[in-house]
Amino acid sequence: MSYLTDRKRVSGLGVARGGNAHFISQRLTAIALIPLSLMFLFPFIGTLGADHATMLKTYQHPYNAIVAVMFFIVLCKHLHLGLQVVIEDYVHAPRLLMGSLILNRLFWGATAVTAVFSIAKIAFSA
Amino acid sequence: MVEFTLPKNSRIVTGKTWPKPAGATNLRKFSIYRFNPDEEKNPRVDTYFVDMDTCGPMVLDALIKIKNEIDPTLTFRRSCREGICGSCAMNIDGINTLACIYGMDEIKGDVKIYPLPHMPVVKDLIPDLTNFYAQHAAIMPWLETYTNPPEKEWRQSIEDRKKLDGLYECVMCASCSTSCPSYWWNSDRYLGPAALLHAYRWIIDSRDEATGERLDELDDPFKLYRCHTIMNCTNTCPKGLNPAKAIAEIKKLMVERTV
Repeated sequence: MSYLTDRKRVSGLGVARGGNAHFISQRLTAIALIPLSLMFLFPFIGTLGADHATMLKTYQHPYNAIVAVMFFIVLCKHLHLGLQVVIEDYVHAPRLLMGSLILNRLFWGATAVTAVFSIAKIAFSA
Repeated sequence: MVEFTLPKNSRIVTGKTWPKPAGATNLRKFSIYRFNPDEEKNPRVDTYFVDMDTCGPMVLDALIKIKNEIDPTLTFRRSCREGICGSCAMNIDGINTLACIYGMDEIKGDVKIYPLPHMPVVKDLIPDLTNFYAQHAAIMPWLETYTNPPEKEWRQSIEDRKKLDGLYECVMCASCSTSCPSYWWNSDRYLGPAALLHAYRWIIDSRDEATGERLDELDDPFKLYRCHTIMNCTNTCPKGLNPAKAIAEIKKLMVERTV
């Protein structure tokens, strides 16, 4: 119990900034994902059911490899930003909140690096 | 974590069924949330029967009739009875609205009345709006100027005045904010649709000189950006205003001044 005024309670720790930057990044990645998803999915669907050699050949092509790299980087960034909002909405315990936000960032960072490495490995294996 | 169930002492139980008025033929059933902080009991839902032949058309008419003729302990806020004071906001038939301008003909079946959702209840249909009012104060709901005051009034063109239409009419009834899931989960940090609608009302006022500072104050992941355009605020507003649009306009201005 403490005798805080209501006005002080509402002000909290003040303005954190960065709300707008997050908002813009989320929208930009969302817009970028519209063409990128299509550009990634078309060659990907083409390889479904194909053998290993066809798969390698598809992603050894610079266009497909570059599109796939861009798609995974933007996708992971978008998922990181989106999940961050969900976590902030629903997780309130300070330590759990901090932990989930760090894990969220590391997980999508690691996923993006893994995806880029995998595509690069295929692309440069020719 | 967010609580999706009510705490044990807030779970609603079945309350008393009050006797039907004698000799009435046109009866309507009312289920009304009751809570008395002086009794150490869970909230309950009482049942009342109102003779519609001798009752006015609005929900508030029925509430006043119940208080006058059946149960004087039923507690609710009301004042102007014409939708301008914002006192009688409550959850009627699942919608946050003003009891005084919500016609009973709009409700099918029994009339269910609860206090505004997810707010601490002071008594019966009266929510504690302390935090809501403090949030309104926090957005500085007044004209901020640096230029020396003119001899007469601050002038505003007819076009600039028109920008305030759809914003200045807000009566601060809290129907919108208490309908917003984001506000339910994070009302300690998210300002809520009502306060943000008022913030926008001052941001686009051509006479106000603190536009930048006002936007600075909202550039926060929680204060403004907890709005996920759920649109409950706009759907529920008893005055037909559009807080979701006002919030979107603030976000647009934020982007505009960044890029």
